[in-house]
Amino acid sequence: MTDLPSTGSAPIGAPAVSVTGVDKTFSTRSGTVTALQDIDLTVAPGEFVSLIGPSGCGKSTLLRLIADLDSPTTGAVSVFGKTPRQARIDQEYGIAFQQAGLLPWRTVRANVELPLELHGAGRAERAARVTELLELVGLADFGGSYPDQLSGGMQQRVAIARAIAESPRLLLMDEPFGALDEMTRERMQTELVRICAETGAAVVFVTHSIPEAVFLSNRVVVMSPRPGRIRDILDVDLGRAGERGDALREDEHFFASVSAVRELLHGEQAARGAVRGVENR
Amino acid sequence: MRGATAARTVVAPIVLGIAALALWQLVVVVFDVKPFVIPSPLAIGTAFGQTPDTILASALLTGWNALVGLMLGSIVGILFAVLAALVRVVDQITAPLVAGLAVVPIVALAPVFYTMFGANAQTARQLVAAIAVFIPVFLNTLRGLRQVRPVHRDLMKAYAASPWQATRTVTLPVALPYVFTGFRIASSLAVISALVAEYFGGPIDGVGRAITSAVSSSNYALAWAYVGGAILLGLAFYCVTLALEILANRHRGHA
Repeated sequence: MTDLPSTGSAPIGAPAVSVTGVDKTFSTRSGTVTALQDIDLTVAPGEFVSLIGPSGCGKSTLLRLIADLDSPTTGAVSVFGKTPRQARIDQEYGIAFQQAGLLPWRTVRANVELPLELHGAGRAERAARVTELLELVGLADFGGSYPDQLSGGMQQRVAIARAIAESPRLLLMDEPFGALDEMTRERMQTELVRICAETGAAVVFVTHSIPEAVFLSNRVVVMSPRPGRIRDILDVDLGRAGERGDALREDEHFFASVSAVRELLHGEQAARGAVRGVENR
Repeated sequence: MRGATAARTVVAPIVLGIAALALWQLVVVVFDVKPFVIPSPLAIGTAFGQTPDTILASALLTGWNALVGLMLGSIVGILFAVLAALVRVVDQITAPLVAGLAVVPIVALAPVFYTMFGANAQTARQLVAAIAVFIPVFLNTLRGLRQVRPVHRDLMKAYAASPWQATRTVTLPVALPYVFTGFRIASSLAVISALVAEYFGGPIDGVGRAITSAVSSSNYALAWAYVGGAILLGLAFYCVTLALEILANRHRGHA
């Protein structure tokens, strides 16, 4: 393994993400905690997969393993056929967190530009790309603003523009809309569906909102806590990304899928008590 | 309404200040207070008006010593803070040293320094100021260098940024406002230390020396005029560093 970007392209037909037999334990003062146990998951190129579950089910941990921000205790993760480390060095993915994580001393433009700048893109190329990205997330007029002059929803849109700046084939999103109000959230979801249709990227999306997961995803991965496990994977497929609009939220297939996910989440409710940390709205 | 509030915040302190001066003048005149107890504000003002050039020259000299000390102490403080942030061992070694240095009455070192560097040089005064400055600049810079938020650390890792890139794009900009807070705190200390060090010897110049010699020749109004000069000097240092601090803190809301 080297720090240099690999020159060979990914093996043909390699899945965007492949997770096999992964366990993750953390050592704490009060002993070891099993965050993830026996995780198997494959995400196809261009597929939108949501991870949903109550707090402590390890969904964010799983995302961090894929992003190589943490490494699994046992098992293997691969991203486009590479190790997560190599995929990270090759910049195969873009990432967005619950906090927008913008650099407050940089303008919106300079924030979106950050990954391009770090990876040595030329000034003219950067300027052109940033203009295009701000257009895409509907912030063309705010390039010169500073993050503290924007609303939470606008900040999150800047973070998404930054995440897709280098047109990654994989987007990793950790509750990016978690801190937004419901109306902003629905608008952002519609925009994300549109952006994904335009970029064709695969997405792994962590959320604890059932309607959000159903609206966005091709498949919803339902997880359960202590230890974090995949309880079930539900195919949703409410039509191609480009055809999904706000009308879908009133659709009976949408409600049926929401109910299905809710039942899966609450499956062991009798045994375990109420499922905490899951929004049913 | 805003105009009215602004007027109140500016005008009210001025009115209060003038009223206090008038009361002071009145008390001195009515009760015939002797100048060695306290001279009247008018007498001090007159003394100031008679020798503004001399007072300015002394203030500039003390100010220069304070500035050299501020620069020197800041550079060393920032360098050590960067080292302590990068190398754990340096942090462990410097922590007790800095704690020890913080409780040393630094101006007490002045007589020793005068012997070391010669009583005709300003070096001792500048060094006393530098040591006083070092501590707040070091502590604040070190704190600033440790303020990187986890989300930014993750972001830099996700971008496979080199350590130098991460330092330049995140760590240093985050630390900058803290460094300027250190400057602001240190600026007053630099003036005080440089001035008080003059009381302990060295060349016969500077505001501190002027105050002692005016008192010893029973020219109390002049001594107070020099005190006024010292106050203006301290204010100038404070205001400039405060402005820099405010400038460094623009657009620092969380995002």
